[in-house]
Amino acid sequence: MSSAEQGDLQLIELRDVFKSFGKNQVLKGVDLTVRAHTVVGLIGPSGSGKSTLLRCINLLEPVDSGSVFVGGVELTAGGVDADDVRKRIGIVFQSFNLFPHLSILDNITLAPRRVRGVARGAAEEAANVLLERFGLLDKASSFPDRLSGGQQQRVAIIRALAMEPEVMLFDEVTSALDPELVGEVLAVVRELAALGMTLVLATHEMGFCRDVADQVAFLKDGRIVEQGTPAKLFTDPQHPETQHFLRRVIEAGRL
Amino acid sequence: MTGRSNRRDVPAWRGGVIAATSTVAVFAVIIFGITSTPGWSKFHESFLSGFHFRKSFPLVLKGFALNVRVFVVAFVLCLILGMIVAVIRMIPGPAFFPFRLIAVIYTDVFRAVPSIVLIYLFGFGVPGLGLDRPWNNPVIWGTVAIVLNSAAYVAEVFRSGIRSIHPSQMSAARSLGLTRVQALRFVIVPQAIRRVIPPLINDFIAVVQSTALLSTLGPLEALRRAQNYASFRFNFTAYLAATLLFLAVTIPLARLGDTLVARQERKSR
Repeated sequence: MSSAEQGDLQLIELRDVFKSFGKNQVLKGVDLTVRAHTVVGLIGPSGSGKSTLLRCINLLEPVDSGSVFVGGVELTAGGVDADDVRKRIGIVFQSFNLFPHLSILDNITLAPRRVRGVARGAAEEAANVLLERFGLLDKASSFPDRLSGGQQQRVAIIRALAMEPEVMLFDEVTSALDPELVGEVLAVVRELAALGMTLVLATHEMGFCRDVADQVAFLKDGRIVEQGTPAKLFTDPQHPETQHFLRRVIEAGRL
Repeated sequence: MTGRSNRRDVPAWRGGVIAATSTVAVFAVIIFGITSTPGWSKFHESFLSGFHFRKSFPLVLKGFALNVRVFVVAFVLCLILGMIVAVIRMIPGPAFFPFRLIAVIYTDVFRAVPSIVLIYLFGFGVPGLGLDRPWNNPVIWGTVAIVLNSAAYVAEVFRSGIRSIHPSQMSAARSLGLTRVQALRFVIVPQAIRRVIPPLINDFIAVVQSTALLSTLGPLEALRRAQNYASFRFNFTAYLAATLLFLAVTIPLARLGDTLVARQERKSR
């Protein structure tokens, strides 16, 4: 992503977002901007607030204070239809969360049919196009239990894409996968990035993040400690916390 | 031939022979024990009379048609009411508090009162209000009592089924833009129903049984007809006829539950 006009549209903006679960303060004043057609990577230790941050962007979790803007609309203002917002934001979870009682095709077409009112035939046609593109067409009538973790996660991505979202959020989508299945899922994410989709990915895959992200934010204890291009953040981190984290990642052989 | 039977050097048919011999022996002892009791011949005449069975069975069967009508209607109504109550109890938000409160009180009260008491209260009480036909019929209000009682159980079964579905399923459904009600309808409840088939079958069997309690209101259902036969002919074999009719419904119902569960497992595996 290096076109000149990309910087103009701020698709997502978080201002001073706080979020607690009971006494546990998870987000302590997060500011984050995601421009259209860019990829933002969120890195940081477990429990730093990456997942919660993503869940606050599509209002799966209401924020305690601060504001969230998507496409210039403030979601945190009163009277916003959360269901309407979620239609425009796709999210993929660590644990896939496919609907086990529905076939792959029905998993994908449920939301387009019920939320957007697409006719069954048209929804299935669109789903089949996506399944074919990601090499899963032969699984259309299978149930989730029959698929490998990598296949399930790719279906979860397709299910989110079927709603034609403006932005996709990835919440550690490879963390629950066997190592040999990580590649096929990352390939899909990489393809979406190449197509110019706006992506926000919370990830432990540092190498992948460095490759695919335009911006990387390092989260620690509910705050964004440091933010920058991957080239800058991964090779010349400024903040001691970031340096410490990356050193540990490198020691673990993950970068 | 399995490895284990080879190792022990025992032919496979031997287990079957042992099982058959042992079964015959156990039942022989039980039957001998019962038939050698001092009152056996009298008992046999008054409870197991072939003559009275042939005489009473058609009458009891005629009565059983009423039981069937009542439990079929009760099945449908208690499923609907149970699901409504379960869903009401799951809706969050302060505005829904009074509805949740009503649902909780309903469940607590109608599960706690013995069903025969409810049948008395409704079956004798409501027709006493002087309603027009057919609403002065005790059978209708006895059925209502059975429904209210069993729906309270069914509601709890549904509620535990809904709660057993992991919250991530709700997150996934909502993140796709489904409303809370749509998520319940298309994602949560269909999965919950699959999980609660065995306990639901239990409640259905209880509904079938409780139709016999309607005999206390006077209508000529199966048990009432058996009672009448017994008191006019001084023979209890009619109760055996009633027993067999209830078993003819409840045992297939239990097998139906097993079949449904097995089918779901095959489908999603």
